[in-house]
Amino acid sequence: MNEIIESVKNLSIGFNSQKGKQISILRNVSTNIKKGETVGIVGESGSGKSTLALAMMGYIKQGLFPLKGECLFKSEDLLKMSSRQLEKIRGRKIAMIPQNAGQALTPNLKIGYQIDEALRLHTDLNKTERDKKISELLNKVRLPSPETMAFRYPHELSGGQQQRVAVAMALAGKPDLLLLDEPTTGLDVTTQAHVLELLRFIAKDTGTSMIYVSHDLGAIAQVSDRIVVMYAGEIVLEGPARKILKEPIHPYTYGLLKSIPKLSLAGLPASMPGSQPQPGSINEGCSFYDRCNLATNHCKKNSPDLEHIKELDTNVRCFNHKELINQNNNLQTSITKKLNNSEAIEVLKLKDVSISYAKQKFFDQLLNKISDQNPTVKDINIDIKKGETIALVGESGSGKSTILKSIAGLLKTKDGQIKFENDRILSSDLKMRNPNDLRAIQLIFQNPDESLNPNHTVEQILSQPLKLYFNLSGEELKKNIIDLLKKVRLGEFYMSRYPRQLSGGEKQRVAVARAFAAKPDIILCDEVTSALDVSVQAAVLNLLQQLKEDLGTTYVFVSHDLAVVRAISDRVAVLYQGRLCEIGPSQNVYKFPSHPYTEVLLGAVLEPDPDIKPKLVAEDIVEEKPPEKGCSFQGRCPRKIGDICNSEVPPWQIGENGNAIRCHINIEELASLQQ
Amino acid sequence: MENNLITEDKQKNKLEKAFEILKTMASKPSGLIGLTIVLFHVVLALTSPYIAPYDYKAISPNTMLLAPSAEHWFGTDSLGRDVFTRTILGGRTALTVTFFGSLIALLWGGLLGIFCGLVGGKIDDVVMRVVDAFLSIPWILAMLLIVSLLGTSTEVLIPALGFFYGKGIVRVARAATHDVIAKDFIVSARARGHSNMSIIWNEIIPNVRDAILVEGAMRWSWMLLGFSSLSFLGFGVSPPTPDWGLMISNARGLMSFAYWSVIAPIVGLSSLIIGINLTADAFAKALGIDRSTKAPV
Repeated sequence: MNEIIESVKNLSIGFNSQKGKQISILRNVSTNIKKGETVGIVGESGSGKSTLALAMMGYIKQGLFPLKGECLFKSEDLLKMSSRQLEKIRGRKIAMIPQNAGQALTPNLKIGYQIDEALRLHTDLNKTERDKKISELLNKVRLPSPETMAFRYPHELSGGQQQRVAVAMALAGKPDLLLLDEPTTGLDVTTQAHVLELLRFIAKDTGTSMIYVSHDLGAIAQVSDRIVVMYAGEIVLEGPARKILKEPIHPYTYGLLKSIPKLSLAGLPASMPGSQPQPGSINEGCSFYDRCNLATNHCKKNSPDLEHIKELDTNVRCFNHKELINQNNNLQTSITKKLNNSEAIEVLKLKDVSISYAKQKFFDQLLNKISDQNPTVKDINIDIKKGETIALVGESGSGKSTILKSIAGLLKTKDGQIKFENDRILSSDLKMRNPNDLRAIQLIFQNPDESLNPNHTVEQILSQPLKLYFNLSGEELKKNIIDLLKKVRLGEFYMSRYPRQLSGGEKQRVAVARAFAAKPDIILCDEVTSALDVSVQAAVLNLLQQLKEDLGTTYVFVSHDLAVVRAISDRVAVLYQGRLCEIGPSQNVYKFPSHPYTEVLLGAVLEPDPDIKPKLVAEDIVEEKPPEKGCSFQGRCPRKIGDICNSEVPPWQIGENGNAIRCHINIEELASLQQ
Repeated sequence: MENNLITEDKQKNKLEKAFEILKTMASKPSGLIGLTIVLFHVVLALTSPYIAPYDYKAISPNTMLLAPSAEHWFGTDSLGRDVFTRTILGGRTALTVTFFGSLIALLWGGLLGIFCGLVGGKIDDVVMRVVDAFLSIPWILAMLLIVSLLGTSTEVLIPALGFFYGKGIVRVARAATHDVIAKDFIVSARARGHSNMSIIWNEIIPNVRDAILVEGAMRWSWMLLGFSSLSFLGFGVSPPTPDWGLMISNARGLMSFAYWSVIAPIVGLSSLIIGINLTADAFAKALGIDRSTKAPV
């Protein structure tokens, strides 16, 4: 068990900048992977975690080169091997499972053929043995009906199934070491939990060592025996998973853990100030100095070494780590939100809203109507009160973003009405809305890289709405822009910057500022934090909450992340296949009794705590279309009671906690079932 | 601390940016060679009337088909005219016509492409089918028709060439626009209620400008070849104005014993085309639109 199969020694990897300076993105990294052990490498984007993981299979991205150190796989240096030698090791001894299996599989080859190819390359089996092995492998990764699965093409599988195929291919060569680069990041919550469970099973079953790279401490917590925390190209903390997650003794890890929203906590997570330094910008001192609240003058001048602490079996890179040991009981705290004094004025009403993506038939086109019996989104009734934050939650395909788009006027509704202020009906056609209504409803997008014009300066970006709605110009325009930047905690000097010169969090702040420039009544937030790093996510959530408390804005917040929703929202609506399942005040939706779908979602949430394991109550099947009759969740429901679920739309039941559930099971019975 | 986050990327004004792009282009040998060739031809076109050693239209039976010598560097042609004089003057018309022709092609092709890409739907369908229909007509036949109806003056040639070479730019501009309009900042501008004109001007043009400019530069070299072909066929520049295409056409019958009178204009024409191509490639690389980059493996 204690045999070391891969060991990285003093590895530094870097590149030459345009000015000819040598900039290192990995600095003096040393770690060992033991046989049968799963090591989680965690860090924010740009921390060098992927570079480290790839170097462990002897791969260095174009433009980068090793500055010093070695990567010893069974005491042979991978970085010195020829490509011929590496071919013999990759796939056979070290295999990799990529982040996006959908892109890693060849689209026009059948699954079975692709696995067969891996087997032909890495084993000496003959044709019949290989065929047997293929279905064995497909069975092992728990794909349904392996015999027919082998004859399918990648696009016929769901994201989770594609990821399983990638696992099967990696296992084909019976590798000693499996490298997983964010293998569950693009997947839905329930699928993610299932894939992680499979990986854990495989690690135990085959005794393969695994290196699991992720930004998500929740996922890392579920699979890892040992965790390596990276920051700015260095290992800052390394030790047994339980110790790292429960008693982190490095201030960065501590801050990271505190900034993750948790299901058990209602308030907002604490955020860390600032952002990770860019490669090459650290000259002296500790790389975390700027953001650390334990930092002293000593830290500014001297960079700490990785220090081994025997009693904790942990390596830590911090001078003041002893001070943290006493603070650790504070991990389970959060910032409480100011309760919104609901004036109970309804500012936006969705009444029987249905939205269809179906193509219009020729006659319907002439009559300008949509005749889709089974629309993507159906019968949505939500009344949104002034000043509240309502969250729409669901997996991909639940119609949450679709609803948001139709509120913004970007998608036409099929049926139903969207009423704004005093029951005035908003046209579903953007061009028919009056400018003031357009101003009143603003959007913030998921990815600030896409939502900010890369060729505009921040000043130009923010002046767009100000010019359009308020006809500002000259000094007044400038003053307003500076005010907006101040509101989102950015300095005046950001005005002349381009989006590419900003960090992810700063970009999203600019996007928030642009939305607030219109002085809107309602802001539609479409997964606004899911493209951000955890510590930045916490800061943006806190900013949104602060702005709301100051300005009384109403948020419609769309997210797939139940923990984030728990942190920010006052009310939650759970959607499945474009139909509402449950709606209610957020503290109640997160309590039982819940709709079976909410129960499944809550069970699949990954918490950064080795003691909280996800509960897998339903299959992770992906349904392409909502069912035509009956309950929308009938296909996957673990609590299905019979034919009634397939034939009749379930009634709304109001629980004693005030949440409305749409289920055929009596609500008291549901409560006792879920206890 | 947030102050020093951006260290290298300082603000630059437009002139500095253009200079920066030129510097990047010249930093690779191919770009440097291309730029030098283009610059050489432009300078030559501007100064050749003053430095030409002989009169380009002076016919002299005494000096017919002389081989290159100290007096006539590139020899003389069948009418006894100095080939060196005619070669350095021969690019002037071609350069002027094709430069303005490409500008016209860029303008109408770029704007129409962006417009079609943005509005989409039926208008886009109809316009693109019309453009396709024009693409299917052999341009040289159409040009011959136009030239024989309207004459070979530059006022005819520039818009006609501009029209025919703009069709391809429509496609490029439309594709570039499609890439951009899927982005959320366009959706965001739409949701705010900006007009189509304002979206084109503020959001799309800054993002497709580079791609269209590079395409325009490539079209320029093609147009040069096209224009010379017209001259070669006798539908471009009329004699006695010196022009490479025309010179090649006149001298090709004598190629076997007076090779010099055909080689000089060929070298002139092909070096300019190669120069423009190299420059366009370097320009694309400097702007970050590298057409030859392979996917990182």
